[in-house]
Amino acid sequence: MKVPVSWLRSYCDPDWDAEELAEQLAMTGTEVERVGSAGAPSPEGFVVGRVKSVAAHPDADRLSVCEVDTGDGERTIVCGAPNVAAGQLVPVALPGAVLPGGMKLKKAKLRGVESDGMILSEAELEIGDDAGGIAVLGENGAAPGTPLADLLAVSDEVLELEVTSNRSDCLAIYGVAREVHAISEAPLAPAPWERDAEAAGEGDASDHASVSIETPTELCPRFTARVFTDVEIGPSPLWLKARLMAAGQRPINNVVDITNYVMLLTGQPLHAFDLDEVPGGELIIRTAKQGERMTTLDDVERTFDADAVLVCDREGPSGVAGIMGGQRSEVSETTTRVLLEVATWNGVNILRTSRMLALRSEASARFEKQLHPALTMRAQRVASQLMVELCGAKLVPGTIDEGAGEPEPRVVRLRVPRVERLVGLATDAETCEARLERLGFGVEREGEEISATVPPERDADVTREVDLIEEVARLAHLETALPSTLPATRERVGRLTPEQLLRREAEDALRGLGADEIVGWSLTDPGIADRLRLPQDDPRRVLIEIGNPLSADQSVLRPVLLGGLLDAARLNLARGGSHAVLFESGHVHRGGEAKPRPGALGGSFSGEHGAPVWEPHHLAYLATGTPPQSWAGSTGEPDYFGAKSAVETLFGRLGVPLEVEAAEQPFLHPGRTARLLLPGEDEIGWVGELHPLVARQWDLPGGVAFELALAPLLDASRVGREAYEDVTSFPAANQDIAVVVPEDVPASRVREVVLEGGGELLVAAEVFDLYAGEQVGEGNKSLALRLSFRAPDRTLTDEEVSGRRAAITSALAEIGGSLRE
Amino acid sequence: MVERIAQISDEATEQIGKAASSDELEQLRVRFLGRKAELTTILRGISELPADERGPVGKAGNEVRQRLEGLIETRAAELDASELSSRLAEDRVDITLPGAPPPRIGHLHLITRTRRRIEDVMVGLGYRILEGPEVEIDYYNFTALNHPPGHPARMEQDTFYVAPGSITRAALESARDAAGADGGSETPDEELVMLRTHTSPMQVRAMEAAEPPLFIAVPGKCYRRDTIDATHLPMFHQVEGLAVAEDITLADLQGTLREMLRGLFGPGREARMRPHFFPFTEPSVEFDVSCFRCDSTGRLDDGSRCPLCKGIGWIEVGGAGMVDPNVFGFVADNGYDPERIQGFAFGFGIERMAMLLHGLPDLRLFVENDVRVLEQFA
Repeated sequence: MKVPVSWLRSYCDPDWDAEELAEQLAMTGTEVERVGSAGAPSPEGFVVGRVKSVAAHPDADRLSVCEVDTGDGERTIVCGAPNVAAGQLVPVALPGAVLPGGMKLKKAKLRGVESDGMILSEAELEIGDDAGGIAVLGENGAAPGTPLADLLAVSDEVLELEVTSNRSDCLAIYGVAREVHAISEAPLAPAPWERDAEAAGEGDASDHASVSIETPTELCPRFTARVFTDVEIGPSPLWLKARLMAAGQRPINNVVDITNYVMLLTGQPLHAFDLDEVPGGELIIRTAKQGERMTTLDDVERTFDADAVLVCDREGPSGVAGIMGGQRSEVSETTTRVLLEVATWNGVNILRTSRMLALRSEASARFEKQLHPALTMRAQRVASQLMVELCGAKLVPGTIDEGAGEPEPRVVRLRVPRVERLVGLATDAETCEARLERLGFGVEREGEEISATVPPERDADVTREVDLIEEVARLAHLETALPSTLPATRERVGRLTPEQLLRREAEDALRGLGADEIVGWSLTDPGIADRLRLPQDDPRRVLIEIGNPLSADQSVLRPVLLGGLLDAARLNLARGGSHAVLFESGHVHRGGEAKPRPGALGGSFSGEHGAPVWEPHHLAYLATGTPPQSWAGSTGEPDYFGAKSAVETLFGRLGVPLEVEAAEQPFLHPGRTARLLLPGEDEIGWVGELHPLVARQWDLPGGVAFELALAPLLDASRVGREAYEDVTSFPAANQDIAVVVPEDVPASRVREVVLEGGGELLVAAEVFDLYAGEQVGEGNKSLALRLSFRAPDRTLTDEEVSGRRAAITSALAEIGGSLRE
Repeated sequence: MVERIAQISDEATEQIGKAASSDELEQLRVRFLGRKAELTTILRGISELPADERGPVGKAGNEVRQRLEGLIETRAAELDASELSSRLAEDRVDITLPGAPPPRIGHLHLITRTRRRIEDVMVGLGYRILEGPEVEIDYYNFTALNHPPGHPARMEQDTFYVAPGSITRAALESARDAAGADGGSETPDEELVMLRTHTSPMQVRAMEAAEPPLFIAVPGKCYRRDTIDATHLPMFHQVEGLAVAEDITLADLQGTLREMLRGLFGPGREARMRPHFFPFTEPSVEFDVSCFRCDSTGRLDDGSRCPLCKGIGWIEVGGAGMVDPNVFGFVADNGYDPERIQGFAFGFGIERMAMLLHGLPDLRLFVENDVRVLEQFA
């Protein structure tokens, strides 16, 4: 909302400059985007002049040499306008004046004749579009030499307000003036609608026109119409044009300008019909037929759905209710009878239709905030005065008033102590009363209780006690008056949950491995399932689809984190990186059957209703490319064991023993993939080398990755719950063994068997070497294990240890293994 | 015999003193003290000497032996030290070569880092950290947050809705039950489930789960249907704060915001509140932090306009307000009687906070994941 400051000051004029006005408005709830300007930078040097004589320029056909009385004597001004004539009262810029746009006027010779000033057009003054000739001022008693600023806003400042959706009252100059009055306590001029025009026309409005509302009342709560005869269409006076221009509206003709002017002043949009173009003077308000079409004022053919409300005449739609008029009954140069519509529409419906049509207007921006029916008659009264004054029109007696009329005003109770209780700032009843009165509320006070009658322009916003508290509070100069305190509540303990702390540990573990964390897109493209080679029956193919995506690329929610890591790796390698080691910690979204675990990371959230979609928290890692070689040696491309080492570090950091099992994932190397298991065989994820076809999809040279569900991993964590174990009283006996087994027996199985055979005394068995070759025979391999025997209560004897070794040997025999001596 | 021993002693002493290397010294040790050495032989043969010579020879021989052993030991230490020095001198490296590559230190994403920082500040202020679902039902995202039907934010232009076919029947029914809790909703099925547009839905979820007093902060991902540019992303992160008890005031909100902003931007910062409008708070405010670049003066030391706050002295951070009684109305049965209970809520963008703290110019940097950007933030 653009508010020309001079217009604002005509209703309320505190002793503040524009910057101060802006600051004060911002600190009471009306943000000011910027303080702009309209017209010339300064009114200095702009005066009223009287053209005394006009003579042809001796050397130029199109120029005239004029003698102009500017109060301080007559001066010669060369003028190029065709319409200049002796006797005119005109706007003159004297040498030294700075024109809109910043040019400083000097005495100048035009084709040999010195011009001592400039007679201005509307366009040069930026008060209108007309650049074809000079502006001619009406005879209004102004003497030559009168500052032009006394007649119209030559130079103005403009507040560009950002009005919140609840404050439709501030989409009106008078509303902003009331706000300024409430803040500053400077006097407020009487409302422009307190006066009505004299109804000098003949008959009654209902003789000329009729209105029938066929929609439910909620879609059109009120429709008022007045009729004007003897309308003379012409340009508006310059002062009005100047105000419209400064407020961002182009002047069109006096009738249309009046509707715009009154809307800007009162906040209530209006629409003028050429009544002679409305067959039978009959207007019908109805909802559109599905697919019905109409050409709006902006010359675009619009198609409606069945929820749109139209203003129609006998021949069809003539306007989209509350949004834009149609061309058919538009006011034109030949118009003499005007029907002035001022209606109340349903805000939600207007918003919906305006969005559906992608058509937003000054009118719809106001209607969508739900205007009160009482505003209609305010606008009718102000517009009627102007129609009579500026268009020579005669107001026909009577107002057509259809719909539910004006509802009783709302009365809201305020218990004054509640202000301090909620705001924390002591406020007495008199202060509350005064503030509400300045804001236009009708106030009755009984002790500490106030009954406030809500003014219609605030009806949608103020419905409860707390709304009145806000009104009182926002005028309290909170920025200086309000103390800064902390809640006194004693029952307050802040802490992170164990799972939040452990998630940090997990993320930090991967960071410690040299990985960079990314934030990937949750929104991805459905092709992800194919690019990851997921088979048709893979549950990860059941994607959550967005019904109204911005693009197909972001039309489903990600089922895994891997895709985002691959995307980020591709970007980094494409940008010249040699390698990327990345991880992500975040939600994934799964369609199909939900399998939430307890806790937010498992997809179980607080509240009576569960999450509509299963969204567990995952942790994933990807390493690809070769780190640059250094003189001290090369680190090589990451392989399966590198990725597994990362998983082992992660599990180790969380105190969870890692178990893996050979597995397959469609997007991983079939021989270098494992499923990640928790003790008790709970599968929580996978680790492996990328399938070459998948790597190729993402333009990567290869890579390794893992992804797992975080909640079960954190559940299994023993961090913080470890129990002390004595390792110093009785030393361990360490022995290395070499085990020969058939090639296809996995190392994990060998270790398992060794641990079983070793029994309780064998506290550790780690594989540290692998050998295959002649010495162990074809089809066999040799694994070296480091064994650690220990008892908590004694030093082990050699006999005990060799007994366990024998047991291990026989256990190994069962899987075709033997000890190599 | 004793004389001979003295001679050996003198000779050995001289030779040991001259020994130039450990090897030479070892040879001397063998020569003078070895099994076949003269002195050893003498001492071994003592028993064959006349009785009166045995004492003096044995005494002198053993004394010399001990002395020589001592001399060799001392000389050996001297030689070791000098040999080590020359060996080390030969072990010189070009110390100007780059160091062996250290294990690379990874980086947390700036969002995570900033989020953790905010969490820690809020924990210090006595808040617990909660997280909620990114896919929400209309009831929590809008209805229970006092957004009337037809509110602009509910429109398809602004909010991502989940296609109805994507949702399991059970989830849809739960969502519909929730809509019914509002006395029946005419919202069509496809609008029941959406990507949450703010972290505020957790206000009501948390109040359903726990009675007052309640002090929580909720970080998380949010989604709005905005086309990507430097200042808009359809996916972003917010933090929500909620404090509810019987006596919480707007002044408490201001104090809490001040302490939070001091925790993030440093001591001495101030919070400023400007009245505003949000459907789920009343009164509502926007809040600013005093500019930490120009110390709220609007001018830099050289007199130029502060580029961070644009000369205003304050930087907008987020929105806040006193929880609207209508919101409490949805959880009144769980101890949130709007006549008795009051509280405040606030919210702000994590990206915005990170941009202010670190000077990033473009939101897209947060989701591009360029390692050269990621590794700028330890």
